[in-house]
Amino acid sequence: MATLLLADHHEDHLGDATAKALTAARALGAPVHVLIAGKAPRGAADAAAKLEGVEKVLLVNGESYGHGLAEPFAELILGLMGSYDALVASSSTTGKNILPRVAAKLDVMQISDITKVEGPDTFERPIYAGNALQTVKSKDPKKIITVRTASFAPTGDGGSATVEEISAAADPALSSFVGEDLTKSDRPELGSAKVVVSGGRALGSAEKFKEVIEPLADAFGAAIGASRAAVDAGYAPNDQQVGQTGKIVAPELYVALGISGAIQHLAGMKDSKVIVAINKDEDAPIFQVADYGLVADLFTAAPELQAELAKAK
Amino acid sequence: MKVLVPVKRVVDYNVKIRVKPDGSGVELANVKMSMNPFDEIAVEEALRLKEAGKATEVVVVSVGPAQAAETIRTGLAMGGDRGILVKTDQPTEPLAVAKILAKIVEEEKPGLVVMGKQAIDDDCNQTGQMLAALLGWPQGTFASKVAPGGESVEVTREVDGGLQTVSLKLPAVVTTDLRLNEPRYASLPNIMKAKKKPIDEKSAADLGVDLTPRLEVLKTTEPPKRQAGAKVGSVAELVAKLKSEAGVI
Ligand SMILES: Cc1cc2nc3c(=O)[nH]c(=O)nc-3n(C[C@H](O)[C@H](O)[C@H](O)COP(=O)(O)OP(=O)(O)OC[C@H]3O[C@@H](n4cnc5c(N)ncnc54)[C@H](O)[C@@H]3O)c2cc1C
Ligand SMILES: Nc1ncnc2c1ncn2[C@@H]1O[C@H](COP(=O)(O)O)[C@@H](O)[C@H]1O
Repeated sequence: MATLLLADHHEDHLGDATAKALTAARALGAPVHVLIAGKAPRGAADAAAKLEGVEKVLLVNGESYGHGLAEPFAELILGLMGSYDALVASSSTTGKNILPRVAAKLDVMQISDITKVEGPDTFERPIYAGNALQTVKSKDPKKIITVRTASFAPTGDGGSATVEEISAAADPALSSFVGEDLTKSDRPELGSAKVVVSGGRALGSAEKFKEVIEPLADAFGAAIGASRAAVDAGYAPNDQQVGQTGKIVAPELYVALGISGAIQHLAGMKDSKVIVAINKDEDAPIFQVADYGLVADLFTAAPELQAELAKAK
Repeated sequence: MKVLVPVKRVVDYNVKIRVKPDGSGVELANVKMSMNPFDEIAVEEALRLKEAGKATEVVVVSVGPAQAAETIRTGLAMGGDRGILVKTDQPTEPLAVAKILAKIVEEEKPGLVVMGKQAIDDDCNQTGQMLAALLGWPQGTFASKVAPGGESVEVTREVDGGLQTVSLKLPAVVTTDLRLNEPRYASLPNIMKAKKKPIDEKSAADLGVDLTPRLEVLKTTEPPKRQAGAKVGSVAELVAKLKSEAGVI
């Protein structure tokens, strides 16, 4: 039988998380079908159909799928699971919201946030904020899996799958969408950016965070991240939190300014290729994972760094 | 409205855990254990609902070994009314916990279950969603705001792009995110008072739930260690190294 991959998309735009989760889905060894459900998601379906190794795209155009509500999505997927051995999604907030609901209904234990596929039923996943790795073998008849996208390379284009329109399932009408407040930004997405510049509690205020971190991120062409302390204090929006319980990133370059390096923060960025830390405390734990550490006051180092970058380019 | 708060006993978030050399798991002997931080936030939220006159009783429940009673006591010292301990010495997977909690819900009939979004030991992030599914209830995961009305509850959720607000028909399951509230500390008089609050004890077998794990743990290993690099003396040196040595700019 086949594997069903729940896509990440925003209306007709397919997110890069799908191409990464697809790499994990293909490693299970069965043909992969991609499910796209939402408001007018045709463009996303066409983009998914072009990904290498996708056999079929299932497209559902329905109002009740427009906001990723778990209840109608779980209903839709449960109706399809008779034809699939596995269900895969990225560990996005949408995937994490929907998949356990499907798993419980199928009486299956979900395997969360996998970092490696070792066989069709054997997976590696981090526990304790990534301080240990567990290899688990699932004894359930169906596999329900969320994928840590930072651990998988994206699958490229090269496919020409058919797109099949299927009908919506009945909405259980338990929940409804009220509103949203999404962060608008022209910067690269945190989850897929090549460079991430992150600020911590040391920034001291939302104004300073903006004044210091934004131009530096611009100079690098980077996405902006933050520690929990910076988010809690309101210096940065919640969707910028990097860490165990925020976003997991693995960019080419991660620059941490005024972040101490608590294990919960390291959990979200220690797989970055190159790590730079700027901190005025030479004993800050962040230096234990940094490739390049600079002991300095960030308020003088950040503008200098910006100027040096301009010269270097 | 009664509020049920499931709490898990986990290794304290400040402890640096050690993987056992034989790969059989994580060292848990003589390690400080605490209530899962997200569950403290859940207890706090339930107490605030009670203080605001929106909840009548806060019941704290845990599935785990005898010592999990201490975790329940912590919740009672914060202000919870009574506890339920479902005792087992087996490791508990989210699916089994969700099944046990579903049975407790059948008995207790709460109007709202508030629990953590994630246990910081297994990092599974599934139990709340599974419980909601088994009960056929709606779910408000990763909550940063909870506002119950008469027949429904509005939940603001921390999602990848920002915030989303949904309305759920009651009864419902809510899972907490970090910014929902700041949990209170239990005062000494309240710790004393909590000693007299009742904790009802049950077993998984009483509830007819099979705890046999579905995931077999083949091994537990240390993640590859990252080597600390070098300190640089100046910003100019940093940029030069990023360019010539690391090749990232
Ligand atoms: C359940 C749970 C989940 C958590 N999840 C996360 C998570 O996902 N992500 C996360 O980040 N944290 C998380 N945390 C919080 C984590 O434990 C730390 O509290 C947090 O990461 C600290 O943030 P920080 O490094 O910005 O602040 P601090 O630890 O206060 O560090 C500030 C640093 O700035 C330095 N500094 C001060 N002034 C200057 C200056 N002028 N120039 C240069 N350096 C300066 C200081 O030396 C210090 O090292 C979690 C905690 C819990 C309990
Ligand atoms: N053994 C347990 N006893 C009580 N509650 C639990 C238990 N395990 C998990 N939970 C609850 O489920 C939440 C999510 O856990 P998890 O799905 O394991 O990440 C926790 O924050 C708790 O509220």
